[in-house]
Amino acid sequence: MLPQGQFAGYFAAADQGFFEEEGLDVEIIPSGGDIVPQDALANGDVDYAVAWVPKVLGSIEQGANLTNIAQIFQTSGTLQVSWADSGIDSVADFEGKKIGSWGFGNEWEIFAAMAAEGLDSSTVQIITQDFNMNAFLQGDIDAAQAMTYNEYAQLLESTDPDTGELYQPEDFNVISYEDTVGAMLQDAIWADTERLDSDEDYQDTTVAFLKAVVKGWIYSAENPESAAEGTVAAGSGWGPSHELWMVNETNKLIWPADNGIGVIDEAAWDRTVEGAISAVNETGASPITEAPPAAAWSNDWIMKALEELEADGVDTTGADFSPIDVTLLEGGN
Amino acid sequence: MTATRNDKRGEVAVRLEKPSGAVANPARSRLLAGFLWGIAGVVSIALLWEGYKFFGPDNGVLIGELRVLPRTTDLAMPHLWDMMVRLAEPVTRADGALPLWAVVALAALLTLGIAAAGWAVGVVVGVGFALLMQRWRLAEFGLLPWIVISQTVPLIAFAPVVKSWGSRVEIGSFEWQDWMSVALIASYLAFFPITVGALKGLQSPDRIHVELFETYASGYWSTLKKLRFPAAVPYLLPALRLGAANAVIGAVVAEVSTGLQGGIGRLLIQFAGQASGDPEKAWGPIFGAIILGLVAAGSVALLGIILKDYRRTEEAA
Repeated sequence: MLPQGQFAGYFAAADQGFFEEEGLDVEIIPSGGDIVPQDALANGDVDYAVAWVPKVLGSIEQGANLTNIAQIFQTSGTLQVSWADSGIDSVADFEGKKIGSWGFGNEWEIFAAMAAEGLDSSTVQIITQDFNMNAFLQGDIDAAQAMTYNEYAQLLESTDPDTGELYQPEDFNVISYEDTVGAMLQDAIWADTERLDSDEDYQDTTVAFLKAVVKGWIYSAENPESAAEGTVAAGSGWGPSHELWMVNETNKLIWPADNGIGVIDEAAWDRTVEGAISAVNETGASPITEAPPAAAWSNDWIMKALEELEADGVDTTGADFSPIDVTLLEGGN
Repeated sequence: MTATRNDKRGEVAVRLEKPSGAVANPARSRLLAGFLWGIAGVVSIALLWEGYKFFGPDNGVLIGELRVLPRTTDLAMPHLWDMMVRLAEPVTRADGALPLWAVVALAALLTLGIAAAGWAVGVVVGVGFALLMQRWRLAEFGLLPWIVISQTVPLIAFAPVVKSWGSRVEIGSFEWQDWMSVALIASYLAFFPITVGALKGLQSPDRIHVELFETYASGYWSTLKKLRFPAAVPYLLPALRLGAANAVIGAVVAEVSTGLQGGIGRLLIQFAGQASGDPEKAWGPIFGAIILGLVAAGSVALLGIILKDYRRTEEAA
C-alpha cells in the first residue's frame, strides 16, 4: 500500500506502536505500479494484503486461495463527477456520454451500475483516466471517476481559470455509487485461506494483526490531524490539507461501524458479488463469472479481535464518531 | 594501418613540438563553442514553448478528432517562469518542507545511485559474457541468441517476478532490499548493449595482429591485455554510454513498476497526480529526470577522456 490517507489506520498502527503492543513486527510493503497486493499474498511474498473486493474476487476465480478477514471500508467511496450544467444527474444519463474510468479493476462499479440501467460499454464512450483530473477539467471526459478521498479533492483544490478561484462543490454534479446498485465493497484485509485453516501461528497472528489495525483506525478517527501527519511523514507527497481531507473522508467510509469495524455485512458482500457478475467492461471482460466459494470471506477472525478489544473496554463501533471539516487549499497544500 | 603504439608516439611527438599556448587555445574555444551551442539549444526550446503557448490555440491543433499539438492552457503547458518559481517554493505547506528543487534533486540522486549500481553490474556481466563468447565460439553460438531473447521480455512481466524473488532472498545477515530489485532490472537492460559492444570490440583486432601475437608466443591473458582490450575501447565506449542510458531508463521505469518510494520515477507519478491543482509541480521531476540523464551520459564521457589514448576512431559504434 502507498503512504497516503486512504491507509492512515495501518500507518497509525505502525507509528503508534499498536503492532508492537500485539507482539508483531509488521513491515508495510509499498505496492502500486505492477505490484498487485493480492498477487503478492497469493505468492506468499506477504502475509496480508489490503485490496478492493471485486479485484480479489477476480483473483480467487483464477485460482488464488484468499479470504476476506475484515471489511475495513463499509461503504464505497467511488463517485462519478460531471459539471453542474451537464445534465448528468444519474447513471441513466451516462448514455452517449464520455465516461472516465481508471481500468485495472477499479472500473467495475461503473459497469455494474450501468448494467442495472440497461446500459453497457457500447452505449457510452469509455475514456481511460490517468493520474489527475486534467482530462475532465479540459472537457475530454463528461463524467470522471473520482474517489471521495482523493480525486474529488483534487478538483476542489484546482483553480477555475474563469474566476481565478478554486472550484466549489456547487460547480459539480456528483453521483455516488454507494447510492446505486453498482456499489461494491472496497478496502478489505485479505489472508491466505489455507494458512488460516491449518497454521495455528498464523491464526494467532491474524487476530493480533486485526486488533492492531482496528486500534490504528480508532486512532485515525480520533486524531485525524496526527494520522495525516503520519502518512505525510511516510512519504505521501501530498500537502497537509489534501492529506487531512483524505484521512477524514476515509474515516467516513469506516465509521460509525454499527456492527463493529471490519465486520463483513453479508448483504453488501452478496451485492458486490452480483454486481461483479453483471459488470462487463469495454473489452468485454467481467471480474467474475460465478459466485466465489464460501471460504472467500469469514467474520471469525475480526469477531475474535473485536471481542478481545471490547473486553479491554475499547469501542469498536465508533458510536461517537463525527467527521471534521477540512478546508482544501490550492494544490492540496 | 600500423600498430596503435606507433600512432600514439607520433601524436605525442607532434604535441611536444607545439608551444603549449597554441594547444590550449583551440581546445578552449572548442569548449566555449560547445557551451554556447548548448545554451542556444535550451533557449530555442524555451522560445518554442512560450511561442507556441502564446500563438497556439487554447484547444491545441486538431486534425479531425486527433490532437496533433497540445492545448496551450496553463493547465497543460504552464509558463516556464512559473515552473522555475515553483521549483524554488517548498514542496508542500508542511513544516520543514524542502523546496521542490531539493526534493527532486534528492530523488534524482537516489535513482542515479541505483542506476549506477545497475550499470556497474551490467558492465561486469556484459564484459564477462563477451569474454566467454570471444574465448569459445561454442559459447557464442549457445549464448548470444538467449541474450538477444532476454531483451524481449517486457518489463511489466519481469518486475513483479524480480521483486517476488527478491523478497525471499535472505543469506545470513544479508537481506534483499527493494532498491536492489530496481538495480537488478536496470542492470538487465544495461548489460545487453555492453555485451554486444564488448564482444564486437574483443573480436575486432586484425588477423595479422593476432597472428603477430601468436608468433611472439603470447598467451591468452597477455593478448587480452595488450591487444584485445585496447582494440575494444572504441566499441566499448559507445556501448557503455548506451548501457548508462538504459540503466537510467530501467531504474526509473522499474521504480514505478515495483512501487519503490523515494526515487525520481515515483516522484514523477506522485506529482503527476497533483497536476490538476498544481500544474507546475508536475514538471519538477521531469526536469530532474532530464538532468539525471545528462549526468549519467556525462559520467561515461569522463570515462572516454580517461581512455582517450585508445580511442583511435570515432566511427565505430
